[in-house]
Amino acid sequence: MASTVTSTSGEPKLWLGGVEPMKASYGKLMMWFFLISDTFTFSALLVSYGLIRYSFPAYAGEVADFAFSNLYWPIPEKVFAAVPFLHGVYLPLVFVGIMTFILIASSVTMVLAVEAGHRMDRKNVEKYLLWTLLGGITFLGCQAWEWAHFIHGTDDGTVIREFIKGDWVERTVFGANLKENQYGPVPFADLFFFITGFHGTHVFSGVCLNYLVFYRASTGFYDRRGSYEMVEKVGLYWHFVDLVWVFVFTFFYLV
Amino acid sequence: MTNSNGHTVPDDGGAAHRKVIWKTFWILLILTAIEFLIAFTMHHGPLRISIFVAMTIVKAFYIVGEFMHLKHEAKTLIWTILIPVIFVVWLIIALLYEGGSIFNDVHILR
Repeated sequence: MASTVTSTSGEPKLWLGGVEPMKASYGKLMMWFFLISDTFTFSALLVSYGLIRYSFPAYAGEVADFAFSNLYWPIPEKVFAAVPFLHGVYLPLVFVGIMTFILIASSVTMVLAVEAGHRMDRKNVEKYLLWTLLGGITFLGCQAWEWAHFIHGTDDGTVIREFIKGDWVERTVFGANLKENQYGPVPFADLFFFITGFHGTHVFSGVCLNYLVFYRASTGFYDRRGSYEMVEKVGLYWHFVDLVWVFVFTFFYLV
Repeated sequence: MTNSNGHTVPDDGGAAHRKVIWKTFWILLILTAIEFLIAFTMHHGPLRISIFVAMTIVKAFYIVGEFMHLKHEAKTLIWTILIPVIFVVWLIIALLYEGGSIFNDVHILR
């Protein structure tokens, strides 16, 4: 590591083995390579969503007449229409909009922390990392609420007609789990849990990493090391989490 | 001035960079607001989907380019990151097509 951070300006920067490739330090480059592999994982999940969605019929009628059924894919704005403390009020996509705003805002505070790190400005690094932490934790809280609501379902549930052992059976389903759900075909809830869950896990890891970097910054570790590059590396990860949410938001909630 | 972590701090103390950061934030926010507007005013269809996809790619460009600083990295690094994404695009097209076929097959069997 020492060779990457102590080079003087003008000379080519070195890794232990020689000249630095792509003008990026070892840690930053490896973070980029990790992120590209993570891109493939998330793409696999979102592509599966596309494949499964297109293998089910879409809802054909007017949006206003939409009712939940296991026969066709639901319209997302009808599923995600609840906001905490406003029970029974129909507010399509409002809560997920708030979550999106929180994540974008936390991405901005992260990049401001990185920028402060370039100037070795410890006070501002701490300040902006705290804002980023707050944003990340708030997002996780919002997601926990959204999951709880999705699992418990609406007040009335949905009557589902199924063909079981030669007979048509009608029963009311409330909320969702991996085996059944009131909103639409079973894979809809499965994909919701997997995709937002996998993203939420990434947010959680990001919060942990941010906390670690905040702790080390505020105890003066990076000042002693003479480099705030770790803030930049964790920043890359945090922006990636935000980037994934942009795609999840479009393909899961809007399209 | 170059400090010990190899970063050149501009004379304005990074004020210009911070301005770019906030500008990017507003662009992302406004694009998201427009997406909401479209979600509630436009009818569902291929046009709406392509508008959403296009806006998502623009947002991704700003996040990766400015926030992740890729726009200002070495050209080889930019291509190292972008070229593998072509495989993802191929996978999306191939599997959406497959999904449509599964849908058709199920209907023929019924």
